[in-house]
Amino acid sequence: MASHAIDVQNAQENYLEVKGRWSGILSWIFSTDHKRIGILYLVSIAFFFIVAATIGIFMRLEQLTMGPTLMKPEVYNRLFTLHGVIMIFLFIIPGIPAILGNFFLPIQIGAKDVAFPRLNLLSWWLFMIGATLAILTLFLPGGLPDTGWTFYAPYSIRTGSEVSLAVFAAFILGFSSILTGLNFVTTVHRMRAPGMSFFRMPLFVWALYATAWIQILATPMVGITLLLIIVERLLNIGIFDPTQGGDPILYQHLFWIYSHPAVYIMILPGFGVISEIIPTFSRRTIFGYKLIAFSSLSIAIFGSLVWAHHMFVSGQSDLANIIFSFLTFFVAIPTAIKVFNWVATLYKGSIRFEPPLLFALSSIFLFSIGGFTGLMQATLPINVHIHDTYFVVGHFHYTMFGGTIWALIAGILYWFPKITGKMYNKKWIYVAWAFMFIGFNTLYGTMLYMGWKGMPRRYYDHLPEFHTDHVIATVGSWFLYTGILILVSTLIYAVYRGTKADANPWGGTTLEWKTSSPPPLENFEKEPVVEHEPYYHEEAIR
Amino acid sequence: MKNIREIALEEHHDFVGAKMGMWLFLLTELILFTGLFILYAMYRVRHAAEFHAAATELDVVIGTINTLVLLTSSLTVAVGIEALKRRNRKLAKWMVLLTVLFALTFLVNKYFEWSAKIHHGIFPGADELLSRSQGEIIYFNLYYAMTGLHGLHVLVGMGILLWVYFLIARKPSEKVVVAPPNIEYLKGAQLIASKGEQERWVIDEIKDDVVEVEVVIKKDPKKAGVDIPNIIKLENAGLYWHLVDIIWIFLFPLFYLIT
Repeated sequence: MASHAIDVQNAQENYLEVKGRWSGILSWIFSTDHKRIGILYLVSIAFFFIVAATIGIFMRLEQLTMGPTLMKPEVYNRLFTLHGVIMIFLFIIPGIPAILGNFFLPIQIGAKDVAFPRLNLLSWWLFMIGATLAILTLFLPGGLPDTGWTFYAPYSIRTGSEVSLAVFAAFILGFSSILTGLNFVTTVHRMRAPGMSFFRMPLFVWALYATAWIQILATPMVGITLLLIIVERLLNIGIFDPTQGGDPILYQHLFWIYSHPAVYIMILPGFGVISEIIPTFSRRTIFGYKLIAFSSLSIAIFGSLVWAHHMFVSGQSDLANIIFSFLTFFVAIPTAIKVFNWVATLYKGSIRFEPPLLFALSSIFLFSIGGFTGLMQATLPINVHIHDTYFVVGHFHYTMFGGTIWALIAGILYWFPKITGKMYNKKWIYVAWAFMFIGFNTLYGTMLYMGWKGMPRRYYDHLPEFHTDHVIATVGSWFLYTGILILVSTLIYAVYRGTKADANPWGGTTLEWKTSSPPPLENFEKEPVVEHEPYYHEEAIR
Repeated sequence: MKNIREIALEEHHDFVGAKMGMWLFLLTELILFTGLFILYAMYRVRHAAEFHAAATELDVVIGTINTLVLLTSSLTVAVGIEALKRRNRKLAKWMVLLTVLFALTFLVNKYFEWSAKIHHGIFPGADELLSRSQGEIIYFNLYYAMTGLHGLHVLVGMGILLWVYFLIARKPSEKVVVAPPNIEYLKGAQLIASKGEQERWVIDEIKDDVVEVEVVIKKDPKKAGVDIPNIIKLENAGLYWHLVDIIWIFLFPLFYLIT
């Protein structure tokens, strides 16, 4: 039976006011509108972020003193696993694509919705089911998994904690991620407005497109790896168990074949956000549009070929180490291309300094530190020295937190007026930024330093020589956390009490700024026709 | 004078898009199995002789029969798709049903094959299996993991084909739903079905308390043929079924024919 929808031009009700079949909360959790789904993700993902950040605060508190004070070693193991699992699978992988991508990808290409709206809703439901299962492990007899978020075999096969359920949760979350990727690729290919050729697409769309391909190509690999952990635990089908002839190193390979590209799933959309913000606030077109677009693709391709740099000390052959070390350096090239092009865009631009630009620039700065420390680790002799130390933890947080999350915040600040139709109090955002920036560098900068001195990661305790550093880092975590709370409360306050925002408060040039704030249900009053490249500033030509 | 409102019917079907989505999904399925094929390759390189020895214990006859069954089922589903495209609903229905029967045959064969193995003490974690060499243990563990996952896909494929069967079996019709917020537009108006100048039926004025209007237009199955969206659904189901088939084409030689 074919179903038709009736297309009636309504007075321009925005998507928040539209009354559908459902009302109240049901109008959200059963909505197939990509904008509402984006907000569903925003609320649920923000919740998980606060939870995992709070766990991080508790881990730092444990390190404030020597010896067991707040928790025993087993609890610490479970907490860093939970922190990692939530932050990786529930926050940063879906993060930008699911929130900002869902909301803005269709609008930026001039479409009414994504290609498969119902599949989009299913992705969110799968995400919530996976999240529920992961949290359910807390209440089962085995308790939270204590393996670290990597679930390395053979320990993940033998531990008594609830690894099977946690791993199954990660599998479902992966499924959700694949469906989002599949949806985005099809949307970009099939739903572009007239005149919106590939090289007129905003760079955020390019970044999401490259990300979606990694999601499609890499996620199944971790899917099968996690499934094998489950069958090994439940059905005793030994594939990685050494007593049955299995090889745990193969587990590591399969795991990182996904999980290394996954860090590009995390960072590429962040780069996309920055590529949107920089031209808007420089009042000029982006420098090197095609290079930035293609560098996203080449990061996606080369990033898939470097996974074994996580395994330099696992006992793999020297030849493999050298090849993977070389390829890892190679990824730095397209990344640097982006950074240079952003800086060149700012050069001689008519810069207007606003909160989104501040966060975007901070993101570039912090990510550069993360990137350079990454290159240090790609160097084989240095890697042996700093492997499994706080240096790695510091590096990872500089890239992922500093790079992606700061870009996510920049993106939320940039598009907040478009999403809600309200403007936040900019002064409080600057206050939040100061707390976050100082706290961030105190916390993770100290971690880099401690790791260089030899502080191993994943220990619940430390030796006296690291004590001062740990105290400094913990104090930094308080600043960071305070900054985040100020930021979140400022934004929540603005949702209810913010001043009314214009349709285009920043002078943006991409399609989302050509419709009202908040956008109508089908995004545009009439289908837009695209005649320019995306960052065409008319008034700047003078 | 009647209060007449015109409404524009808009079809939301993008068949190319639907097919593209399916192909992308098949790609992910293929990579899911790739992980297992990589493991198989690594372990076979390490334990070549033991893999060959263990492979002699599998029943090539049942394996061959199952291969033929799956190949034939790919043919039947392809014929089914072509039949539906030519508006032959009856043939399409039979072909899809036949495909489901072949899938069932495959699973029944698999059941007997696995039971025989389990009966001989060759199953994961069994003492009999664990007393053997490491290469043989890994071979049988991979055998169960890979054919097991494939079997699961056969089951899912059967489910999908059955679902499409019921879609095709239903009398073709089209449904038009007017729900909030668009229903406001119809209030105080009358619905008229017309063909050319001729009015077929007219209903009463739609009152203010009406929440939803649903019009079902039934087609004559003999003349109008089929619901167009079902064609793409069957085609996608067929694509999935071919994937299940092609994975078996690789599993069969890797486990049965390497003796």
